[in-house]
Amino acid sequence: MSSLTRSLPLVVALLTLLLFPLFGSSFYVGLVTRIIIIAIFAMSLDLLIGYTGLVSFGHAAFFGIGGYALAIAFQDASVIPLWQALPLSLLAAGLAALVIGWISIRTSGIYFIMITLALSQMFFYYFFESPRYGGDDGIFLFLKPVLMIGSEDILNLDNENNFYYFALSSLVLTYLFLVMILQAPFGKVIKAIKANEHRVRALGYSTNGYKLVSFVLAGTLAGLAGFLEGAHTGYINPAYMSWHESGVAIAIVILGGVGTLYGPIVGAFIIVLLQNFLPELTEHWQLLLGGIVISVVLFLPRGATSLFPRLLSLIRTEKGVPLSQEESTKVDTDG
Amino acid sequence: MELSFYLVQLLNAVQYGFLLFLVASGLTLLFGIMGIINLAHGSFYMLGSYLAYWLTDVTGNLWLGILLGLPIAMMVGYIVERFAISFLYKRDHLYQVLLTFALILIFNELQQILWGTDVHSVPIPSILAGSFQLTENQSYPVYRLFISAACIAVACGMYWVIQKTRLGMIIRAGASNREMVQALGINVNRLFAFVFSMGVALAGFAGMLAAPVDSVYPGMGENVLIISFVVVVIGGTGSIKGAFVGAMLIGLVSTFGKVLLPEMASIMVYALMAVILMWRPQGLFGRAA
Amino acid sequence: MSEKNNKGISRRDFVIKGSVATAGLAAASVLGPAQFAIGAQAKVKVGILLPYTGTYAKLGTNIRNAMMLRFSEAGNKLGGRSIEFVDIDSEAKPAKAQQLTNKLIKKENVDFLVGPVHSVVGMAMAKIARGNGPITVIPNAGANQLTGSLCAPNIFRTSFSSYQMGYPGGPAMIEDGHKRVVLMYWNYGFGKQVAAAFKESFLPAGGTIVKEIPTPFPKVDFQAYLTELAALKPDAVYTFYAGGGAVKFVKDFAAAGLKNSIKLYGAGFLTEGLGKAQGNAAEGVRTILHYADTLDNPANHRFRAAFKSSTGAEADVYAVQGYDAGELILRGMNAVKGDTGARAEMIRAMETAEIDSPRGKLRFSKSHNPIHDIYLREVVMGKNQVVRVAAKAQDDPAEGCSM
Repeated sequence: MSSLTRSLPLVVALLTLLLFPLFGSSFYVGLVTRIIIIAIFAMSLDLLIGYTGLVSFGHAAFFGIGGYALAIAFQDASVIPLWQALPLSLLAAGLAALVIGWISIRTSGIYFIMITLALSQMFFYYFFESPRYGGDDGIFLFLKPVLMIGSEDILNLDNENNFYYFALSSLVLTYLFLVMILQAPFGKVIKAIKANEHRVRALGYSTNGYKLVSFVLAGTLAGLAGFLEGAHTGYINPAYMSWHESGVAIAIVILGGVGTLYGPIVGAFIIVLLQNFLPELTEHWQLLLGGIVISVVLFLPRGATSLFPRLLSLIRTEKGVPLSQEESTKVDTDG
Repeated sequence: MELSFYLVQLLNAVQYGFLLFLVASGLTLLFGIMGIINLAHGSFYMLGSYLAYWLTDVTGNLWLGILLGLPIAMMVGYIVERFAISFLYKRDHLYQVLLTFALILIFNELQQILWGTDVHSVPIPSILAGSFQLTENQSYPVYRLFISAACIAVACGMYWVIQKTRLGMIIRAGASNREMVQALGINVNRLFAFVFSMGVALAGFAGMLAAPVDSVYPGMGENVLIISFVVVVIGGTGSIKGAFVGAMLIGLVSTFGKVLLPEMASIMVYALMAVILMWRPQGLFGRAA
Repeated sequence: MSEKNNKGISRRDFVIKGSVATAGLAAASVLGPAQFAIGAQAKVKVGILLPYTGTYAKLGTNIRNAMMLRFSEAGNKLGGRSIEFVDIDSEAKPAKAQQLTNKLIKKENVDFLVGPVHSVVGMAMAKIARGNGPITVIPNAGANQLTGSLCAPNIFRTSFSSYQMGYPGGPAMIEDGHKRVVLMYWNYGFGKQVAAAFKESFLPAGGTIVKEIPTPFPKVDFQAYLTELAALKPDAVYTFYAGGGAVKFVKDFAAAGLKNSIKLYGAGFLTEGLGKAQGNAAEGVRTILHYADTLDNPANHRFRAAFKSSTGAEADVYAVQGYDAGELILRGMNAVKGDTGARAEMIRAMETAEIDSPRGKLRFSKSHNPIHDIYLREVVMGKNQVVRVAAKAQDDPAEGCSM
């Protein structure tokens, strides 16, 4: 595919998102804001799963820590300056990722999956049971972060539309940041680690160092999502860190398309919208959700977004151009 | 506290360890032999408990309930393996995690459709309903001892089947080299379907045995799921011996943790796991990757 | 009609961007009467956010069914207008609470909001609804904050606060002659609040807490704790457990032979609606609650018979709370003859309501929390029998409420 045909859908999607608040009611603007936040979270997880080959089952911990850093530091503040609050959340999530990552990356396979789960459960229980930070009741925030220029708050995040654009800019910046590091030498190394770690190590790279950097970056970006969620809803509680949320995040990444940056965004739309509208169909809607997820795993392992190139190649094969070897085998060998 | 206090706690710890072993052994079997991460294992435990409740209610007898329930559990395992799991053997763990995560959602709903949302319990069979005095004011139900005995029997049985029988030999061979076993004319697909059914039956059996001392309620599987994974990973995946040692370690740490360091009780088992994996990344008895 | 309104709000929101607060107020004051002006035929929208899946599913179902029962007794009309229900499964998941509440308020534009069961979901919900949101009736969630620091004129509760659940327990146990007591509870918000309220009355009355044993929520492995309890040898133990945990605790307690030497007490949920599952193990257990199935008053007899015939199930305390939630909404709507725009008048009618509830007399405090009698009950032949009234017209201190 040429870079033009590849970026065209992205441009259209971005334009749609930019114009959305002009048409959507405030409920839908709020809903899409949440989807955008979850998309950032899922993208950060995809950096691990899709690009570094690390299946983290504890990613929700960093999301929660990002939100908790904001809530703990500013619950009694009379004003929340963005330039203090945001770096604090990123730092806290990044540090937690450094510790968890340092312990975890020496393991692999199921051990890595389980140790990330175990360590995130420790954070969950700490916040759930410790009386200091509100326990399972969580912490309320009654203010939104502000960005003062002179005496004027140029963000005015109390306005739902403004918050929407704030979240959307965060999503775009995260996307561009990830594109940048994936094209840099660092990105090539982590992708090589995913493909064959032994070979990369044999070439003299410290693979653990690269994996750790990737883990910390992913954790920090998850912290950004957590910060946005905390600021958006004004409420953070330990449930955000539960293993269920980590599981849902994995579902989002795979449903959208693992190893692509736009996949997690599509996945976030699919899952959040399903969670929102399936319950209107039936009381037993989780049966449907489970069925949909299983169907995707079985029949569409590269996720919903893999449908687009498939459709494209279908059109091309009809014109007489056979499916390229690479595209036809990709489906089965992934992972 | 007196010595007798710690002895009783030791009994509690060992007993808890046995039950954990029963659930975790199925899990480690599935992973070691088939390379499958089964998050739905807790759901099969729940299935067992509900089957025990339902069949005991219908037949009026727990033994009959277990006898009828085990084939049902195996059948459910067989269906799940044929229609879902069997497509994932060559795929990344990632997909197994997601698929079995979705199975949890489905089993939770099915449980609610079939048995509703009430909390139930199963009466202890009258032969084992007694109890004996431990300390001056605490007694110990005979049924709890029976659970431990049953767990030991299952453990010995599993060891014997896997180490000493032809079936066990095939299973072990299938785990280390699937193609070779297939080339020898053994139907690996059928073998794996059988092993998965056995794993489900083991989880279900644990749920059935525990039903009379536990209560039977929606979502009960999740309480045992994560802790069984901790056991499996500490012991080293695929190692029955490891699962046993892991279960006993967790039983001890969680029981004495509750008493000696109550505010750290929930965190302790996870901390233990982290420490063990930092020391031995493949678990206590796992083969190095 | 409601779709039109939807669009109206969004367009206005967009035009007056930057002064949302005023826009919201304007929208609210314009909308109410306008809706009414279209005619008394316009339906009243009642949004319901209750759990129908997971551990709390049965509670959610009973609350909904009992409220529906109350509405159908009133001819399915609120102040002359028929009712449209928007029913959402909360799953008792705090992480989704905000999103679902927003759906009911912003998308469905409900006039009334009923829910939830789970306290943390309740707090997320109250935070959004308080102030300009719909009139909200909480039929179960017990967190003190809901009628404390989060209280608001438009938020009512027909169930209880954790404080009311724990506070009457202290004097009741002293009166029964138990002075050395161990406190055991699930270590989460609700459990901690109940335990704190219990201590607040028990210690000044001359009681001693031998030891406080918080156990991890929602885990049900009690064996190690029961051994500790046995070694401590208190007169009695006061507990907070519910649902599956309560069944397990009561059975384990009996199986450990502790019933002979230690008297078991607890907040009412310990034995509420669990008789069949607990069986003999629960005999003699004493609990404290604002309701008992066996309460001998006409309203209770009438309600239990009606609930049984409409749902086929036995009523429980959750059903009572749902039934009273329905009654409270009826009172409000009848007082204003269906004019949802007359908000202040409706709130006044609701806060001054005196309800002849199946639980006995029910009225509301300044913070809109129920004031009701609390009963000491004992399980006899599988039923919670009232021993005596443990506290007459128990109120809640409404800490942090400035209303």
